[in-house]
Amino acid sequence: MEHVVIIGNGISGVTVARHIRKNSDKKITIVSAETDYFFSRTALMYIYMGHMKFEHTQPYENSFWKKNRIELKKGFVETIETTSKTLHFTGGDILEYDKLVIATGSKPNKFGWPGQDLEGAQGLYSKQDLDSIERNAPDNKTCKRAVIVGGGLIGIELAEMLNSRSIPVTFLVREDSFWNGVLPKGESAMINRHIKNHHIDLRLSTNLQEIKSDENGRVKSIVITETGEEIECNVVGLTAGVAPNIDFLKTSNIETNRGVLVNRQLETNIPDVYAIGDCAEQRDGGIGQRRTIEAVWYTGRMMGEVLAQTICGNPLEYKPGHWFNSAKFLDLEYQTYGWVFADRGRPEYEEHFHWIHEDDTKCITVAYHKDTKAFLGINTFGIRMRHETFDRWLTEKRDVDYVIKNLPEANFDPEFYKHFEKDILATYNNRLQTV
Amino acid sequence: MSNKIDHSMSLASPDALNITTKQKIALAFGLVGLFILVLALFNVDFPNRAVFLTLSLGLVIGGTIVYSREAYLTKLEGIKNDGVWFKSLTSRGVLGWALGIVLTVFYIVLYFFPALLGLGTNGEANTGLVALFDPLSNLLSGNNASQWFVYGTLYTVAILAFGYKFMLKYRHNRYQQLRTGSVMFFQTAFAFVIPELMARLNSDDFSLPYNDLKNMWPLNYYAFDQWRVDQFINAQTVGLFFLILGVVMVFVISPYLTYKYGKRWYCSWVCGCGGLAETAGDSFRQLSNKGVKAWKFERWMINSVLVFSIVTTVAVISTFLGYDSEKYWFTKGVFLISIGVFLTLLLAGILYYKRKELNKSAFRGAIGYYILTIAFLVFYSFFDLSQIKINASYFSFGLNQNTYNFDSALRSFYGFGIGSIFSGVIGTGFYPILGNRAWCRMGCPMATIMGIQQRLFSKFRITTNGGQCISCGNCSNSCEMGIDVRAYAQKGENIVRSSCVGCGVCSAVCPRGVLKLENDSMDGRINPTEVLLGNDVDLMDFVNKN
Repeated sequence: MEHVVIIGNGISGVTVARHIRKNSDKKITIVSAETDYFFSRTALMYIYMGHMKFEHTQPYENSFWKKNRIELKKGFVETIETTSKTLHFTGGDILEYDKLVIATGSKPNKFGWPGQDLEGAQGLYSKQDLDSIERNAPDNKTCKRAVIVGGGLIGIELAEMLNSRSIPVTFLVREDSFWNGVLPKGESAMINRHIKNHHIDLRLSTNLQEIKSDENGRVKSIVITETGEEIECNVVGLTAGVAPNIDFLKTSNIETNRGVLVNRQLETNIPDVYAIGDCAEQRDGGIGQRRTIEAVWYTGRMMGEVLAQTICGNPLEYKPGHWFNSAKFLDLEYQTYGWVFADRGRPEYEEHFHWIHEDDTKCITVAYHKDTKAFLGINTFGIRMRHETFDRWLTEKRDVDYVIKNLPEANFDPEFYKHFEKDILATYNNRLQTV
Repeated sequence: MSNKIDHSMSLASPDALNITTKQKIALAFGLVGLFILVLALFNVDFPNRAVFLTLSLGLVIGGTIVYSREAYLTKLEGIKNDGVWFKSLTSRGVLGWALGIVLTVFYIVLYFFPALLGLGTNGEANTGLVALFDPLSNLLSGNNASQWFVYGTLYTVAILAFGYKFMLKYRHNRYQQLRTGSVMFFQTAFAFVIPELMARLNSDDFSLPYNDLKNMWPLNYYAFDQWRVDQFINAQTVGLFFLILGVVMVFVISPYLTYKYGKRWYCSWVCGCGGLAETAGDSFRQLSNKGVKAWKFERWMINSVLVFSIVTTVAVISTFLGYDSEKYWFTKGVFLISIGVFLTLLLAGILYYKRKELNKSAFRGAIGYYILTIAFLVFYSFFDLSQIKINASYFSFGLNQNTYNFDSALRSFYGFGIGSIFSGVIGTGFYPILGNRAWCRMGCPMATIMGIQQRLFSKFRITTNGGQCISCGNCSNSCEMGIDVRAYAQKGENIVRSSCVGCGVCSAVCPRGVLKLENDSMDGRINPTEVLLGNDVDLMDFVNKN
């Protein structure tokens, strides 16, 4: 019986394992050094906030794995010998495979800041990171202030977490507006205001120069590059993005760049070795307008769904459909369908229609082609939209007029919520008149 | 799993969970209000009961209002679940267990030892706690209070005070606000004020039984007891109207509304049990067990209770129909046959038209319960139940020493086991242990009937938004009915479950806008998929068609 070994028990690894089981009788082993069982990484923040306990973030009961004959091995893979198809673990264990899937995810970026490895300086990615923040910032007496470096999705989550325990937060963001490498101006500005409303000390256009240590090797303070200001703190969150977690592959024959290089079939340069999820890098450039490395929950899952087919004898390319994503910025829900680019890197044909509600917690941005008026994508804040509807409209290549007129059809807010489509349409029509 | 960080039993909780000075004062006021009730319970004779009762309830309500305003209005609108698994009260810590025990003891005393609350027996005047409520009872119905009046008042106060708290907690969510306003209204008007006022209409030649209009059979298991039916019939037009309304509610109104909106129209918008669970019990919703074992137990338990309630009600009705065939135009034989025919047609229809939606265990369960029910009907038709005597002490831990006829034995045992122990003592007393809907989930026969219908003939579902689920588990965590919502959402599958009461909290707490309660067409309502929206269309076609 063929033995499929998957390194990594995150969403990518677990999805490929589940789908292989659905389609075959192969022997499946999932290896992880992080936790015994699969948990939802995106829910780590809710454990610290007390919304859930760790076991609630595990999507399957512990009996699930045995029932589905998926073996779980806890251990850290140190080296991979692809010629003998053998994994060598820390501690000396070995495991032989017939097919190998690398799904080791990411690790937080550290850009060589002085003091970045002190106790109290950390990212927020793994279960171990959660344990560490719980140790270093259990309450606002132990942690009198925390500084977060890097204005992205993990940074804002960390800010929300610390806020839930009344720990004062200073938030250093390199850009001149929050996440404006991804979000258009209006949206980014709205989030700036929202962050400040939560009494978070947001510092835009601000970089970290160094982290200073106390006599015990713990974080004591940080220094800001631009002003030289020193801020005392007990925890520094390093949330300036993530990078593929592939250091253990350095000694193997598997070809890597920033991530594990794969072709459209998610195959590496070595036969029977595949890579999926955050750690995979598309060899021939991004698919469509996608990046070559997609560190997103959904894409990890989608790659898992596809690769399972390939491994089970139905070779398929990874051909994802229309882009979508979602996030939450403190109390603001965000969804996106299709492509809406920020000022940076926006194609010259892409034009935006922006609507913002006067209460400053809801807005949408619709991107369209300035000549053809083709609908390209939508960002929405504070209004839930229907994935299916936008996916269909993108496939049907609807134009922007159609989308704005038919927005009520796409609304996914709970019943009895106030609707804003009329207001949006009026703003849209108005804009055309004044132009 | 090394998750050693568990604050629920610790003495020093994280600082952020501390309450403000204003909240401490509010808490003190509320506790003083409760303390007045405790003093009354220990027979302190207050000089002016009306004043002290007003003071007590006023302090409790006022305290809760001030406390909640401080808790929620000082923050921006949004999800307010910080620390629920840290706080002792809401994570089965010391406070949780203590509250559970206090509530349980209260229910036991209420149901079985009302004299301890001060209920006057044999025509004596009330004393203690019950006496404290006499002025209010006199104001409403003109009669002195009973233990049930005390309970009803406290129940209504709890729904109103904690309903207000819930509305503040979800002040960004209109579904939650309207729904809570609705249960507050139905409890106050239909369950509390109107029945008490209607008691004023009673005179020597006219009397209506205490009638909470929204309380339907089989939740109201005594709806068709002989004394009630007789009273209704004797009360002429008005009584007959209520009696017929009771039947129409069960067979017409409820099925129609459940078809249109799911069982939520009742369970989380109207029902009193649900009302208390959603307001005072909201803090305990995360405690319900989401495991597969609990689900299996639930299915057997709740369906057994339904069979028990049907069998009991039929026994009670057929017996009094059998006493005197002149009094009712409906005879015992006609009644039993029509019930048998109705159940047979219903089951045959479901098995035929919905055969694709029933898995093996549902099929077996339905047949098994059907045979059991029919066996009882046959038994009733051959025996005069009033001639079979049963000693209740065997079934009531010796609490009840009486000997009953078979039908009243069933009736008493149902009233004791289901009506008192299950719905009251366990259902509410165990809020801080089992979660706030243990009764609704495991025991309510009305929830069972509406649930079967919701699963098979209803437009209601919780729609999953394409591929947007991130499996975080907030939805499952806050499902008071113990549904593992995430298990469906992460497969991109709509949630169509008989137990869902449509409270909408899963949708409210979802950080990615994945869940929406809605009523739509029956087609494609149940949509299991292998590959979720967003992936390769060819792959989706290929896999989902297999």
